[in-house]
Amino acid sequence: MLNILWPIFIILSVIYGLIYGKADEINNGMFESLSDAIELSITFLGTISLWNGIMEICKKTSLMDKLTGFLKPFINFLFPELKKNETAKQEISMNMIANILGLGNAATPLGVQAMKTMQKENPKKDTLSNSMMMFIVINTASIQLIPTNVIAIRTSLNSENPTSIIAPVWIATIIAAVIGIFFTKILIKKVK
Amino acid sequence: MTNVINYISGAAIPVIIVLIIIYGLKERVKVFDAFLDGAKDGIEIVFKMLPTLIGIFLAVGLLRSSGIIDFIVNLITPLTNLLEIPSQIMPLAILRPISGSASMAVAVDIMQNYGVDTLTGLITSTIMGSTETTFYTIAIYTSCVGIKKTRWILLAALAADVAGMVASTVICRILA
Repeated sequence: MLNILWPIFIILSVIYGLIYGKADEINNGMFESLSDAIELSITFLGTISLWNGIMEICKKTSLMDKLTGFLKPFINFLFPELKKNETAKQEISMNMIANILGLGNAATPLGVQAMKTMQKENPKKDTLSNSMMMFIVINTASIQLIPTNVIAIRTSLNSENPTSIIAPVWIATIIAAVIGIFFTKILIKKVK
Repeated sequence: MTNVINYISGAAIPVIIVLIIIYGLKERVKVFDAFLDGAKDGIEIVFKMLPTLIGIFLAVGLLRSSGIIDFIVNLITPLTNLLEIPSQIMPLAILRPISGSASMAVAVDIMQNYGVDTLTGLITSTIMGSTETTFYTIAIYTSCVGIKKTRWILLAALAADVAGMVASTVICRILA
């Protein structure tokens, strides 16, 4: 996708800029944006590393297991077809907890494991099962307790209140997740 | 109401950091070693992001300095007015489901140019925090088990994305 968009952006901008006599502006703009990218990355190094470090501590405690127990009723509601498949349910809740804690690197391998377990029970091996669909939709909804990367970037950009977005993010995420789950449940019933 | 939400938001981070460290100490986790492991991952994330950041900043810098972005924004303003989304956010809304690092780069660019704490900046942050790279997520989880027929998963996931983006806009407007 970006292999098409990126050159289009660059070529169109340069042609448009040259027609409107902005050769100097595009020349400066180009090199300014490069040094911006480098400067920002240096500040990102600090803030993003801090969050990954804190979350790694969290991963090593029993907090993960405790939260897994808390999720059980939700999992049973979302995945009625996995009633007897305890392994799949366990792996799904681990994946959800990793997502909630913002541990993207840990969430993906756990999720892949859950998909493999669900595939064993899948009658049509080349088609997504209902449970798999629900699982993927939940993963695209990005349910997160603290949006650490966004906060890190806001801090780097000298925000006066970098964490002011936490509450809005919670509300928006929940709305997105509910819409996704609702859609999936309806489509599972209506479309066979 | 707004003050309470702001205060909770502000206290959340330090409180969570302290709680996690205390919890780690209680369970005799080597907290500093664990922190270092995680921080190392963080550095890797930034280095992996850097080439995309440079590439996208170059393209977005050109779009802006040539003036073409104002032209496009004027074109789509009627549509974005209808949805009450600031038109500066449209490039982010389009890129968000497609590429994680590219949309992050665009988000950084928007916040740098229109302000982190402005309404546009807040909506940008909220969208980044509440949505995922939908195409990538679907690709990873279907390819790992060799599934080709994805039924209507994309429809449901994109519906959730649009809902998240509209919700982000509405919530930030109410709170700001």
